[in-house]
Amino acid sequence: MVIRFAGDSGDGMQVAGARFTAASATFGNDLATLPSFPAEIRAPAGTLPGVSSFQVQIADFDILTAGDAPDCLVAMNPAALKKNLPDLKPGGTVIVNTEAFDERNLAKAGYETNPLEDGSLQSYRLIQVPMESLTKEAVKDTGVSGRDVLRSKNFFALGLLAWLFNRPTEPTIEWCEQKFKNKPEVAAANIAAFKAGYNFGITTDATRVTFEVKPATLPPGTYTNVTGNIALAWGLIAAAQAADLPLFYGTYPITPASDILHELSRHRNFGVKTFQAEDEIAAIGSTIGAAFAGNLAVTGSSGPGIALKSEAISLAFMTELPLVVVNVQRAGPSTGMPTKPEQSDLLFSLYGRHGESPVPVLAIASPSDAFDAAIEAARIALKYMTPVILLSDNHIANGSEPWRLPDVDELPDISVPFATVPNSEKGFLPYLRDFETFSRPWAIPGTPGLEHRIGGLEKEANTGNVSYDPDNHQLMTDSRAWKVATIANDIPPVEVDQAGDEPGDLLILGWGSTFGAIKAAVRRARNAGHAVDHAHLRYLNPFPANLGEVLRRYERILIPELNSGHLLRLVRAEFLIPAIGLNKIAGEPFRIAEIEARIDEILGEPAQVAARR
Amino acid sequence: MTVTHTRADFQTDQEVRWCPGCGDYTILASVQNFLASLNRPREQFVFVSGIGCSSRFPYYMNTYGIHSIHGRAPAVATGIALTRPDLSVWVITGDGDALSIGGNHLIHAMRRNVNLKILLFNNQIYGLTKGQYSPTSEPGKRTKSSPHGSIDHPFNPISLALGAEATFVARTLDMDREHTTEILQAAYEHEGTAFIEIYQNCNVFNDKAFIQLTGKEERVHNRINLEAGKPITFGPNGEKAVVLEGGEAKIVDTAAVDPGRILVHDPTRSDPTVAFALSRLSHGPYGPTPLGIFRKVRRPTYESLLDHQVATAIAKQGPGDLATLIRSHGTWTVDANGHAVEAGANGAPKAGSNGAG
Ligand code: SF4
Repeated sequence: MVIRFAGDSGDGMQVAGARFTAASATFGNDLATLPSFPAEIRAPAGTLPGVSSFQVQIADFDILTAGDAPDCLVAMNPAALKKNLPDLKPGGTVIVNTEAFDERNLAKAGYETNPLEDGSLQSYRLIQVPMESLTKEAVKDTGVSGRDVLRSKNFFALGLLAWLFNRPTEPTIEWCEQKFKNKPEVAAANIAAFKAGYNFGITTDATRVTFEVKPATLPPGTYTNVTGNIALAWGLIAAAQAADLPLFYGTYPITPASDILHELSRHRNFGVKTFQAEDEIAAIGSTIGAAFAGNLAVTGSSGPGIALKSEAISLAFMTELPLVVVNVQRAGPSTGMPTKPEQSDLLFSLYGRHGESPVPVLAIASPSDAFDAAIEAARIALKYMTPVILLSDNHIANGSEPWRLPDVDELPDISVPFATVPNSEKGFLPYLRDFETFSRPWAIPGTPGLEHRIGGLEKEANTGNVSYDPDNHQLMTDSRAWKVATIANDIPPVEVDQAGDEPGDLLILGWGSTFGAIKAAVRRARNAGHAVDHAHLRYLNPFPANLGEVLRRYERILIPELNSGHLLRLVRAEFLIPAIGLNKIAGEPFRIAEIEARIDEILGEPAQVAARR
Repeated sequence: MTVTHTRADFQTDQEVRWCPGCGDYTILASVQNFLASLNRPREQFVFVSGIGCSSRFPYYMNTYGIHSIHGRAPAVATGIALTRPDLSVWVITGDGDALSIGGNHLIHAMRRNVNLKILLFNNQIYGLTKGQYSPTSEPGKRTKSSPHGSIDHPFNPISLALGAEATFVARTLDMDREHTTEILQAAYEHEGTAFIEIYQNCNVFNDKAFIQLTGKEERVHNRINLEAGKPITFGPNGEKAVVLEGGEAKIVDTAAVDPGRILVHDPTRSDPTVAFALSRLSHGPYGPTPLGIFRKVRRPTYESLLDHQVATAIAKQGPGDLATLIRSHGTWTVDANGHAVEAGANGAPKAGSNGAG
């Protein structure tokens, strides 16, 4: 069941959606969400660009995406209806706030006639609710006044949805009491509106049919509902504990990465030091300083900010300092569409630096996966003394899903001992490499006898002294590249979700936030009779050691990406394999149906395949 | 812990590669001697630089050091200082590095009052890139990149630092090692950002830029020594004095004014206005120019405020517990049959009590 809340950005649709999600989560449903914000923060009220929406899919089986087409749409005004109706499933339910459908709003949304009256909604189940007057009536004794009165109408809508979808009411009521502890009248108004909406559902004829969404069957365990940015922040805190290091997060506000800063800055009691720098360059500069000084040092941004950090990532690579660089990708280039997801920074992550500077690149597959990915990125950075780029995107960052909580006592030990004594007869050699990892020692200021200088100039092997020697530059360039390349031996091999005993007719290779859509499409394709396998890459540089061998098992490889074919190019170049792409650059995730259609295109309609067999 | 050091303890085995006669040598010697005098363990010092002639400095200091990116040294040093208040962190920078490409980081480090000692070697020229005009070059200066004369209005670094509300602002001269040492000492003792502009002679691309302050003949007429608690007078026999007039600092004949009107230097004034007025006495080392400490005031350092927040949070909430953190948004439990059986924090309901009745 896919439900979308849509309204003006001031209508509180994100809150309504999030509360609906929370109630569903506690009910035990599996779920996935997709918020969508207007690009401009102050887009004019009532207009199409001002529409904000929140989509949630709830189900009693494990689901992987926020769903394609909504079954139910809540439209708080004509613009919200106009913008979202085309996505609604045929025969779906539309709940409208009738009082917003006045001439002015209709005109602003570009309607010539009122869709509630002109018959254009005949193919849908239309539920018309005078939400404003009902909300006014409901909150009249709660003490709120003026413009605050109508602010509760999102809770009215939420209450109605709670009844329609058989959601528990207590979580929302308790949330209001908690959230507005200091504004009891607001809490009372929201609760009153919520109950009124719920009761409206019970009492009116129009909405008598309720939908049943039973709790999902998820593996046993304790769950919470988490967004990607929050899971990432928690993962960084966990990584610092696993590394036994203080966490330093130097950053500059940017959509959609800022929530990581917001979350981390709340947790000073974990010893977390967040630093809101004057710009992106200072953000990573401070992070490099913190790494030198002995912290788990992390910076985060989005594409445009990462571009500004590019020179400094090369410095961290050259000096060989451990750093995690988070890139929450958004649609670009330039300012692009800051609130929309895209995977268009992959090649930039691998190659967007001056000089020979290959850095490890990891990608997060889903909101809850951010926790583990953060720990893994930190592990590689510390063990190999290198900056690591960790790719997220807007879909992961703001989307949410149930997360089975890990046992925090079972976190891997990723600590790396600091150097404390000289490592040679000649004293301390800061660039004397470890035989196994090719990494260099980490000696932090304050350690007696290990005083040394590092910098961006090329260094002599072992001593770290400045060197312009040609052979040395070749050696050091090769050593740094080799160090990163050998990480392939220290990461898990890529696993294939294989339909049968033998490799199937098609392998879908993905990375990042396309995970859910690919998985769901593969499941549907298998149900329809296709032999389709799926592999998803956590490691984009270096690739897992077995990737080439895995790819060569398949005659057909499809790589769906929210870019023009970045992984596709890498795979073709690296393995000389004629993989094909499915590429979308629309600022929105794949729909399951899009991937499914491409599978059918490649393998033929399932019926034909069956006939061939 | 105290240790006994000599200058040699702070020298590295690296060949110093500045041009012979460069003012950088003198500053290096002053800093090494000064650090040796502190008897503080060598490993507790970190020198961070950007790019430029002066930024080679860390390679010659037997301490911890980073030769970073053009203009970014204050940012890198900030990361060190915020996380390691036990260290003494120094930034070595130049007029191009600090005031051109790195201007943003410089002003923000100063306004935050990060505990950094920033030594800005001002030679009024780009040396490493071989002689282009810099943000402190005088208007009209002819260089390789300004054959018709520079049309850039120069920064006054002291005015800039005061504008950014730096808590310690001083100016000294490479040649005057005694004065340099005095300023270094005061900067070292200061808690917070100490900004020191050091006039540094680049004898290759901008020789004698500071002759008015270093020449035997000239200096007695042009050096205005700022000394706390003393009336500001200068000249061979103190025949010139500084007074405040309509908010501006003015140079007058000492004999012509009531001695009570002569400005008594007080770097500890919390308002930077008078210090700013003094900084406007010269727009470069071309005539009478103040040297010494313009401003020295107390304000909590950024790192002390940050540490205070950490300590307060731990005192109030207890040390962070990861298991609690990941449960802080509410939880529910799924049993072996795949059913949600009980809810955890945030008062989420048990399954079945969903109020649908
Ligand atoms: S170019 Fe000038 S500043 Fe640079 S080392 Fe030579 S004399 Fe010194």
